[in-house]
Amino acid sequence: MLSKLSKKCFPKSLWVYHCNSGACNGCDIEILNVLTPYYDVERFGIKLVGSPRHADVMLLSGAVTRPTLPLVKRAYEAIPAPKLVFGIGSCATGGGCWFDTYNVTGGADKAIPVDYFIPGCPTKPEAIIYGVALALGLVDKKASPIELKQMEFPIDSYEMNKAWEERNVIYQLIKD
Amino acid sequence: MWLTSKIKQVLMVLKPGVVTLKYPFVPRPAPENFRGAPYWDHTKCIGCGGCSNHCPARTIMVRDICQEIRVMLYDGSRCTYCGRCADVCPEDAIEMTKNYELATGDKNDITETMELFMLTCQRCGRCYEMETSNAIDKMDLRGYRYDNLETRTVIRKTTDQFDTSVLRETAQYKRPEKI
Repeated sequence: MLSKLSKKCFPKSLWVYHCNSGACNGCDIEILNVLTPYYDVERFGIKLVGSPRHADVMLLSGAVTRPTLPLVKRAYEAIPAPKLVFGIGSCATGGGCWFDTYNVTGGADKAIPVDYFIPGCPTKPEAIIYGVALALGLVDKKASPIELKQMEFPIDSYEMNKAWEERNVIYQLIKD
Repeated sequence: MWLTSKIKQVLMVLKPGVVTLKYPFVPRPAPENFRGAPYWDHTKCIGCGGCSNHCPARTIMVRDICQEIRVMLYDGSRCTYCGRCADVCPEDAIEMTKNYELATGDKNDITETMELFMLTCQRCGRCYEMETSNAIDKMDLRGYRYDNLETRTVIRKTTDQFDTSVLRETAQYKRPEKI
């Protein structure tokens, strides 16, 4: 639904405002990397702008620290109405290693509503492009929750595998 | 002079051709030794909880819902992909896959849950040989664990014997809020 909405809202180009809320500069460098001719996101019409008032999209990197929290909120409010927020990196997604420390709010979604999360520490430039393409509706979502369950006792499967291997050993001996 | 330099520039640019990746339309495999999302092999896992103890971001939570069944949850939202869980795993049950296309709108999409049968030693509670180098780690490893999976909270309380009262207490646990 979000991708449909963003398709309607942003048919031509996304102007991006990059907001660092206490990141280690790893994700920021990857964002800069995305803008280089090698990855070239300008083919999707993405352009980095200096002011949140010109922007459609906010790229938020870093776990929102306590000093930056009001500033992040102000920058978010300054963006005109149909707006997307991308949380880039593990820190923006869930708070990273600092998710419960005293000086960190623990993830961008606790400060402002985030539409897309791009995990990674730092994110690969391809992953950022993938996230942007996902928002534009160019690619399908690949991540999904995984549920695993042991159906039999591990010792049984272990013994079965061992018996199987021993059987194969006998066959190999016969072959020789 | 100005024109010739411009022509020179154009020729220089023409030489390498187009270098831009056609990435989202053409798949791009990750380089060798790249660490993407970790993936559990539930057939190999013995449920020792070593990964959850060594995780720097505490992404892996362990909850014993009864004496024989242990539920493990990997919350990928704050994972830093350091690969320590794969290093420490005694059975090599954790594999760092090369999957980096994890962008989602929902944080629950990058989680992984695993339900394990635990064969418990009736005398000591666990069959896993504990790490003896570090007293703090040793303390964490002992016995049953009761992390809350709904609120994704690590609860630093373990018991030697399975304790239903602790299970009940931790089911309603809520992390203190800051804002």
